[in-house]
Amino acid sequence: MLLTRGERRRGVAWGLTSFASIALFVAIAVVALLSWDADGAQSRVFTAYTWRILRFTLWQAMLSTLLSVGLALPVALALARRPDFPCRTWIVRLLALPMGLPVLIGALGLIGIWGRQGLINGLLLTLGLDQPISIYGLSGILLAHMFFNLPLATRLLLAALERQPAEYWLLSASLGMKPLSVFRFVEWPAVKNVIPGIGALVFMLCATSFTLVLLLGGGPAATTLEVAIYQSLRFDFDPPRAVALALLQIVITGVILLAMALLPAPDDQGAASGRTSRRFDGQALSVRLWDSFAILAATVFLIMPLASILAAGLRANLWNLASSAAFLAAAWTSFSIALSAGLLTIVTSLAMIAGREAVADMKKPAASARGFAAMLAGTSSLVLLVPPVVLGTGWFLVLQPLGDVGRFAPLLVAVINMLMALPFVMRVLEPAIETHRQRTARLSASLGLSGPSRLWHIDLPVLLKPLATALSFAMALSLGDLGAVALFGSNDLVTLPWLVYSRLSSYRTNDADGLALMLGIICLLLTILGTTGRRGAENG
Amino acid sequence: MADGIKLENVELRLGTTDFRFDCALPSGAVTAITGPSGSGKSTFLNIIAGFEVPDMGRVFVAGEDVTEKHPSERPVSLVFQDHNLFAHLDLFTNVGLGISPSLTLSPEHRKAISQALERVGLGGYEKRLPGTLSGGERQRAAFARALVRNKPVLLMDEPFAALDPGLRISMAGLLLDLHRETGNTVLIVTHDPKELNRLADRALFIEQGQIMLEAPAEEFLGRRDIPSLLEFLSS
Repeated sequence: MLLTRGERRRGVAWGLTSFASIALFVAIAVVALLSWDADGAQSRVFTAYTWRILRFTLWQAMLSTLLSVGLALPVALALARRPDFPCRTWIVRLLALPMGLPVLIGALGLIGIWGRQGLINGLLLTLGLDQPISIYGLSGILLAHMFFNLPLATRLLLAALERQPAEYWLLSASLGMKPLSVFRFVEWPAVKNVIPGIGALVFMLCATSFTLVLLLGGGPAATTLEVAIYQSLRFDFDPPRAVALALLQIVITGVILLAMALLPAPDDQGAASGRTSRRFDGQALSVRLWDSFAILAATVFLIMPLASILAAGLRANLWNLASSAAFLAAAWTSFSIALSAGLLTIVTSLAMIAGREAVADMKKPAASARGFAAMLAGTSSLVLLVPPVVLGTGWFLVLQPLGDVGRFAPLLVAVINMLMALPFVMRVLEPAIETHRQRTARLSASLGLSGPSRLWHIDLPVLLKPLATALSFAMALSLGDLGAVALFGSNDLVTLPWLVYSRLSSYRTNDADGLALMLGIICLLLTILGTTGRRGAENG
Repeated sequence: MADGIKLENVELRLGTTDFRFDCALPSGAVTAITGPSGSGKSTFLNIIAGFEVPDMGRVFVAGEDVTEKHPSERPVSLVFQDHNLFAHLDLFTNVGLGISPSLTLSPEHRKAISQALERVGLGGYEKRLPGTLSGGERQRAAFARALVRNKPVLLMDEPFAALDPGLRISMAGLLLDLHRETGNTVLIVTHDPKELNRLADRALFIEQGQIMLEAPAEEFLGRRDIPSLLEFLSS
């Protein structure tokens, strides 16, 4: 009972407001989908077309997951076994990079390496192999999903290995275990518990992947649900089909989310923290060679597309691009949307946290209050269940009768971006605020500090850093996002990713490369700002 | 007697700390290793176990030059303060790994494992996971593994530090019993003068990476001329 009565009441009010707003925003979209020409849509849920799309969505997600996690395992084992590998710290940092890179830009880099004119096919051609690897279609989608998810899976697996007590490695060396025995008795038991969770996470990311499939897939043979929804609305203007696909999408994500909730959640605590155990096993030359090969192969696989973005971007006339009217206008639009989305995310998460705090502070919260707190937690992740394209589709249908959808587009994109950032921002802010409260709540209450005085003297100085972290992360996510803007992008609404995408579609690849480099650097800087602060917030 | 453990002009630099060890510990004795935190007690043990390789000098264990040998090729068993057992494997497997690191066990081996568990008071616990045991029981299981390994030297790094005082006495009793049965050479790092008194035939005092004193336990406990040792003894 550390909050005053007024504080508790305000907390509940804040929580209720944020909950109601989000629930309403999502509900309106879903209801619009459900009520749109219901008969037409229902009869369209299981047509040969939707069936094929569904099958491809799941098939590519499964293959992507198997490849990403399967190939991440030897890399993680090798990195864990070689704490002294040259540049290991930088290699582990490199593993975090694709997560902070806008998907669109990563895709450009991949095309630069694996595309028809790319490095690899050029190499194969000189070797006399005229069967080029195609970056388009299934193989390209798998390649791109591996680029983004293999490093993620590697980090999570590495963290699980590094969480093992240092004594385990000393013991297994002292007992004389060979690599196979170490794998069987130490390494595999350590990773086997996290593999299902990692697999589900990667599967989720691949099943809902939009931008990569839009760029590298397309065509009836290689389209996922998300892209098919987009194409139904944007090109064929067939809302019933979009609705049918959107409903399927919600069912699929619902099932995956349920599976994820039942599996232990992986976390990357420990990875890249610099805590490495000394290893005495696997000193044989063959094991050393194998480990070096695994680490180097993964590193080259990740670095090549990044280098390609840099090289291609530098070939463009960056100064001309940066001072062009199109760039400046798009940058301004992107920045305003990102800042609005970022601030909205912060305000919404603070309101939700206040609501949860108020309930936690009650002496005997009623069942309804406890349910409310749990619901607030669930609401922050609602966007995982109802993906951006589905939300966009719903709102598209709502606004369409009102005339020009474009007028509302910036606001819609900002709100959808906010919902996308919310689960991550909550994960940063909630523990930071909770720790802060645990440290200061009693003292503040006994001194009678509350209201603006507490905010100014006690809360802000400590929470400024996690808040800045959260803001920069949310802004990076919004700046790099193509998914929400894709439905609404037009001559009136051009964000930076949309500009890159349209330059790419009109084959002005040189411009696209230059823009991509600039956008990539901005997003990476914001993400680095975001993630370094996060560690500080959790440790401090 | 001097073929127990011998460190011959061993020198090692870790970071900015220098270690110099030169000593011969008799076989078949229990030697306690003490000293302030960070003085190099664990490093001393790590050099013998093979987790640190000296920059100079030779290391002999049971009369054999092991300086260049991998930890698994040295005739030693280890007991740490904690995490001696793989938490996801049952006691039988944990002890069995002491006999064969790939767990290829003959029927005699299986019998030996059960007997060792019996000997340390964990008879019938073969299928139990470490998490279901108390701290003392887990250390007993680590002793059982040392028993089946049957190595001439047992290295222990504060094996009882996480246990409460009453338990420490009974564990020390078990350790002494096993020591008398096997006649092995025991090195035990300890922070506790009482434990030293209970267990050790000889004692070593390490400070700032050097052995300041090596003496029979009685003499060791009576020394009053080294200030830091005095501080340790009065703790």
